[in-house]
Amino acid sequence: MIDFCDVYKIYQMGDYAVHALDGVSLHIEEGEFVSIVGASGSGKSTCMNIIGCLDEPSYGQYILNGRDVSHLSSNELANIRNRMLGFVFQQYNLIAKLNVLENVELPLLYQGVSSAERHARACESLARVDLSDKLKNLPSQLSGGQQQRVSIARALVSQPKVILADEPTGALDSKTGQDVINLLRQLNQEGHTIVLITHEENLAVQAKRMVRLSDGKIVEQCVMENSASF
Amino acid sequence: MKLLQSLIMALKSILANKLRSFLTMLGIIIGVAAVIILVGLVGGFSNNITSSFARLGANTINVMIMRGKTVTVKDIEGFALEHGEFFSAYTPNVSMGNATIKNRTDSLTTNVSGVNELAEQIDSIELAAGRFICYLDCESQRRVCVIGSYIAKELAVGLGDSIRINGYHFDVIGIKEQKDGGTASSADDVVYLPYTTTARLGRSQVSNYKLLVEDLNKINEASDILSDYLVEATGSENNFRIISAQAMTDTVNELTGTLSLVLVGIAGISLLVGGIGIMNIMIVSVTERTREIGIRKSIGAKQRDIMSQFLIEAIVTSALGGMLGIAVGAGLSVPLGKLMGLTAAVSPTAVSIAFGVSAGIGIIFGYFPALRAARLNPIDALRYE
Ligand SMILES: Nc1ncnc2c1ncn2[C@@H]1O[C@H](COP(=O)(O)OP(=O)(O)OP(=O)(O)O)[C@@H](O)[C@H]1O
Ligand SMILES: [Mg+2]
Repeated sequence: MIDFCDVYKIYQMGDYAVHALDGVSLHIEEGEFVSIVGASGSGKSTCMNIIGCLDEPSYGQYILNGRDVSHLSSNELANIRNRMLGFVFQQYNLIAKLNVLENVELPLLYQGVSSAERHARACESLARVDLSDKLKNLPSQLSGGQQQRVSIARALVSQPKVILADEPTGALDSKTGQDVINLLRQLNQEGHTIVLITHEENLAVQAKRMVRLSDGKIVEQCVMENSASF
Repeated sequence: MKLLQSLIMALKSILANKLRSFLTMLGIIIGVAAVIILVGLVGGFSNNITSSFARLGANTINVMIMRGKTVTVKDIEGFALEHGEFFSAYTPNVSMGNATIKNRTDSLTTNVSGVNELAEQIDSIELAAGRFICYLDCESQRRVCVIGSYIAKELAVGLGDSIRINGYHFDVIGIKEQKDGGTASSADDVVYLPYTTTARLGRSQVSNYKLLVEDLNKINEASDILSDYLVEATGSENNFRIISAQAMTDTVNELTGTLSLVLVGIAGISLLVGGIGIMNIMIVSVTERTREIGIRKSIGAKQRDIMSQFLIEAIVTSALGGMLGIAVGAGLSVPLGKLMGLTAAVSPTAVSIAFGVSAGIGIIFGYFPALRAARLNPIDALRYE
């Protein structure tokens, strides 16, 4: 599903170069639940942005679902983000002036889905995260946990194969954070491939596999035995 | 993404910032309203002038011979007869300037002109009483006159009475029918004499003529023929002047055309300034919404989607401004015209051009900010604080 072959991301900062990713090779199977951990600045977000087709690798190859996406046009990348990937961000990244329903409909809007179908699918998606009663609320009228659930509903609405979550629990208390992780685990059981970034070890170990980054390199990978116990 | 969606999105975002959107539109509103009002007023002005020339007699040509070889009344008569297909009548027109008219006690000054018997046809004179000047009156230099209704009323004179013009006695042989309201300096404030009499009393030569061209379409051609003839007869084109209502109307139309171009140009500058205002606001709006653009891109908006979102917003802003401007312009044209004594009309051409221009301004000035938004890198946009 996701195949990194010796991927580098290098930021040129004046005289010296920052190796945000320093030769990462990573393979993620369809249906996996992988958590990426590491110290701050270790390259987790950089890695996630490349997986999410928001950014391009400086060197190396990235194959997504059998297709080399390292150097596609911005339109093709937009299409892949729209249909194959769903994002969940630490800061929720909802559009403040759109209500919950409109926010969730947005990916479908860019697909050109008809308004009736958009509405139906967005409602379904919101029901999935238990927010059917907040359709007309603005994001600012919701709690952090609720906003994060809206952003998960938005990530789900176009039925993407892969859901990418970059510190989705970072702004939440531990109880709400655990709810979000439970939701992600459920989605994984339904067949979505999930990549989760977190620096909370107790959350990371709930994935099926954990990858540890340090200074842009993978330093440890381990498969969780307890993953089946959910 | 469908156009309708983009339109709804643009309207939402315009309504979300009502005051700012209105101020942005103001330049366009003023520009469009100014174009429509100015075109309307200039149109009314030019109609006014044209119709007052038409009253002068649209199908007459006035000739003024100032110097050069002498051209006699017989010469002009011969010329008019020779070109009968153009000229159906001619009259000398000897002006006494402002002459004093007196009955026993009252007096007034008015414009007195000496004409021949054909002036009745040329000026379409209709008589309320008596007769017009006849051929014999001219031949024998009779002291007879035809007066306008205003003179008759003011001096209380009737048919057969005697009046004094600059001290000379004249018999009133005809009174013109009231035609122009019967007020001072109107077509009813006139006195006609036989031209021979006028010339002798004024010790002047006949130098002005009026010729009638029945067919309005031939008036320019007739002017040319007359001009050619007079160049030869007087020796130079500087020796005479030909004035026709048509030529004056042409001049005025040319003048008002230039005038409206200048005024519309000034209004156009206001439109340009309005356009720059839109560009400015769009750039601010793109910067403000960088994060939103990043979010939209992260969930699959293409460059084209972002581009059309901002472009449509700019077009809708300026087109809304254009429509408000049209409403203001159309609403103000007529009352403003009334204030200036003109009948201003809202020209559909001006309205459609103004609307087209304002929408075009949205496209032109919205393009750059929209392109800037569309080209934002999704990662940079998402990180933007
Ligand atoms: N646009 C950029 N320009 C320059 N350097 C960058 C840029 N983006 C990231 N970096 C650098 O790349 C390295 C990796 O950054 P990244 O955001 O991937 O870290 P992270 O593991 O997500 O950290 P955190 O846990 O704090 O989110 C950092 O040293 C960072 O300074
Ligand atoms: Mg990060």
